[in-house]
Amino acid sequence: MIELYVLLGLMIAGAIIAIEVKNLLSAVVAVGIVGLGLSIIFILLKAPDVALTQIVVEIAALILLIRATIHRDIAEKSCGSRPFGAIMGILFLGLAVIAAFVTFNGGLNPFGEPLMTVSRFYPLDAVSGTGATNVVASVILDYRAYDTLGEATVLFTAVIGVLTVMRRLGKKKEEDLQDSK
Amino acid sequence: MSKEQEHGMTVIVKTVTRLTVGLIFLYGIYIILHGHLTPGGGFAGGVIIALSFINLDLAFGGSVSSKIFSKGSTGLVEALGAVMFLALALIGLQYGGFFVNFLHPDGEPGQLLSAGIIPLENIAISLKVGAGLFGIFLTLIVLQKFESEKK
Repeated sequence: MIELYVLLGLMIAGAIIAIEVKNLLSAVVAVGIVGLGLSIIFILLKAPDVALTQIVVEIAALILLIRATIHRDIAEKSCGSRPFGAIMGILFLGLAVIAAFVTFNGGLNPFGEPLMTVSRFYPLDAVSGTGATNVVASVILDYRAYDTLGEATVLFTAVIGVLTVMRRLGKKKEEDLQDSK
Repeated sequence: MSKEQEHGMTVIVKTVTRLTVGLIFLYGIYIILHGHLTPGGGFAGGVIIALSFINLDLAFGGSVSSKIFSKGSTGLVEALGAVMFLALALIGLQYGGFFVNFLHPDGEPGQLLSAGIIPLENIAISLKVGAGLFGIFLTLIVLQKFESEKK
């Protein structure tokens, strides 16, 4: 279990570096440490489905971030210290810790004994019930396919939002406006 | 920057890309089609296929992959994936409910053709995710080109 904590420490260090470093490319690389470390942690916790998705999405996100941010002039906005935000952050973090302590004081459920009784039925019955030997696929595409439909809708909305905001049509109009001035 | 976008990267990168991009594409198809047997599935496989197109785009410059898969067709394929997923759910209504696995008795567990509609759902999700991600990438590139022209 020691390698898990080493990776967690590396991820926290990467996140702090990503916030503090001045160069934008270095910040993006430091964000990459967090995602790739997370995918290794998923493999160590024996969740290959999520690990595969995490590493692939992380690479795509890094390429998009580098391609979209590095070669563009972004106006530097100095943000001063915000004491109110810091105080509220510490307050809510403390509340979350207290609530977690109160809730899980009797200890968490042991691994393999889920809170919901319906979850106990999935791994026992998945192969004979759906015919899929990958139990994760049988859960996300058969038992909980309604959730996957919602997730697909979220992605669809996100793509349409990006295509709408960044379309060429609106940009040209804006340029004409600037020319007429 | 504009020169790099027109001509792509160096000869080394182009040669390696020419050798590997087909394998990356095939690996994505394998991940999708074996989603009900091994770890993976529609989401990860779709992103891998989108990454193979992004790889072409980065190595050979902006216009190569958009000749194969233009920005308009990414929107079309994405909508096709979404409609296919929803249609599979709605066909289940004929058999008793939303998302009923109506093909289930066919095939033995562990075979490629098994698990009823789960492979079909994987294909639908992969079309949606891959085309959507590649569409976002193309959109960002187009915006960047436009800004560099403006300067």
